[in-house]
Amino acid sequence: MLIREIGVLIRKEFDLEIRNKVAIGGILLYVVTTVFLCYLSFRELQDTTVWNTLFWVILLFSALNTISKSFQTESRYRLLYLYTLVSPAAVILSKMIYNILLMGITALVTLLFYSLFLGTSPLEGANAGMYLVALLLGCAGFAGIFTMIAAIAAKTGNQLGIMAILGFPLILPLLLTLIGLSGIALRGLPWEYGTTELLILTGLNILIAALSYILFPYLWRE
Amino acid sequence: MKNWWKYLSVALLLYVIVVSLNTPLGPGLTAVSPENLNTGENSEIKVIGYNTHFRNNPPDMQHPGVWLESDGFHLTCNNVEVIDDQELHFSVEVPDELPSKSLHVFVSYDEGTFMLPNAFRAEQSVKNDQLKNEAPESFSGSVTAFYFPNREILRESIRNLMFHVPMWFTMMLLMTISVVYSIKYLSGLNPDHDLIARQAVNVGLLFGILGLLTGSLWARFTWGQWWVSDTKLNGAAITTLIYFAYTILRGSINEEQNKARVAAVYNVFAYVILIVLLMVLPRLTDSLHPGNGGNPAFSSYDLDNALRTVFYPAVLGWMGISLWILQLRNRTERIKQQIENA
Repeated sequence: MLIREIGVLIRKEFDLEIRNKVAIGGILLYVVTTVFLCYLSFRELQDTTVWNTLFWVILLFSALNTISKSFQTESRYRLLYLYTLVSPAAVILSKMIYNILLMGITALVTLLFYSLFLGTSPLEGANAGMYLVALLLGCAGFAGIFTMIAAIAAKTGNQLGIMAILGFPLILPLLLTLIGLSGIALRGLPWEYGTTELLILTGLNILIAALSYILFPYLWRE
Repeated sequence: MKNWWKYLSVALLLYVIVVSLNTPLGPGLTAVSPENLNTGENSEIKVIGYNTHFRNNPPDMQHPGVWLESDGFHLTCNNVEVIDDQELHFSVEVPDELPSKSLHVFVSYDEGTFMLPNAFRAEQSVKNDQLKNEAPESFSGSVTAFYFPNREILRESIRNLMFHVPMWFTMMLLMTISVVYSIKYLSGLNPDHDLIARQAVNVGLLFGILGLLTGSLWARFTWGQWWVSDTKLNGAAITTLIYFAYTILRGSINEEQNKARVAAVYNVFAYVILIVLLMVLPRLTDSLHPGNGGNPAFSSYDLDNALRTVFYPAVLGWMGISLWILQLRNRTERIKQQIENA
């Protein structure tokens, strides 16, 4: 039942996104512009640590931008309408899964343009599998935390500002662990070196999903 | 007696303030000169002590026993001369070969045996790990006076332990109270629970700011800077940021019931992630705090008995005072609401 509801809601999100191509185009343009700005400021980055950190910071801001609109587009009346049809857990989980997919696309596009402009040298000799896993876990974590924060911030007038204030301190354990894990991957070390980070990231993602599942119904109730 | 815990916490804090500021520091060595030794030469050295009484010696000895140590290899010192209770002069013959470049100095006399780690650096030493010998006879000390340990780096600032550390314990206690009442609010929607959750955050932030101030002062004395990049400092900064964000969030919602519910949800969400952060962060970076990276530690096996007799009452006292402040704030807030509604 819940799974079917989630499936329908995700399809709804996709339909809306495709109907309104400006939104996804805006996100991609945001990413490309930011990367280009960094390129003009830095020219080329030889240092792997700086390359890695800057990439995650860019991705963090594009996540904030992408996900901030996930509850903005829902008007009060549409939320009420959804409330009569589906369970609140289905709403938050579907938004989360949809945002993970959206973040995955954003991350891949960012990585493409980022390595195109700022140099591919750090990627050569990297542990590609581990790097992709880091990217995936990162997208899931960003999407998870920011979806919940967006739901909270949607109750206030100043969505984007409040989201940054509420979200950045909370995203920190995730961001630091991600920078650590992708740094290990970029140095080309085998999987054993990243076990702690992998465990922390997986645990955090499960924790965030569980918390959102438990807490969202209270937020939803008017 | 009704409000016994309030009297108790005030009494505890008075005890803590009086004892922690009046207990003398134990004897210890603070400085040597010169700090660089030339190998293969005879060096004249001066050692400065703090709260020491070098003139008191066991009856069968003329002067304190002094020796240097380099990784298990001991160098006996000659011509020990007591200038006064705080100053010693002696000479030492440094051989060409040493196991390590840094040397510790030991002074042993009636009050005990005291060490200044890494007091000297020996330049151009030939590394020889095979050198080992027995340590000279040392005294365990006959003085049983009540004093705080004299640790290198910390010195007199060790008293701040009673003020800085309990601030964080108290803050975490209040944030935990706040999250418990947020959960209670979500399950029952009782406005009183929301009031307690909000006031606990306010009082917790007060203690957090005091913790940052006392910590900053301490860092200036021990590490030389007002702020250093350190796991615990960054964790503390993030904790205060999260709860300031909580107050901002409350401020930006107008409708009272909506405000309480949204804030409670954020509070629970943030608290759980904060606990993870405080557990995860130290694993990823090194810390300057006790027990990490060569700093003197206060861990359970190490916290001195004299410190313990003041530290535990300090923790209880500060927590009691914070609960009292919380109770007063809740009452005034309730009265304010009643006046507004009347």
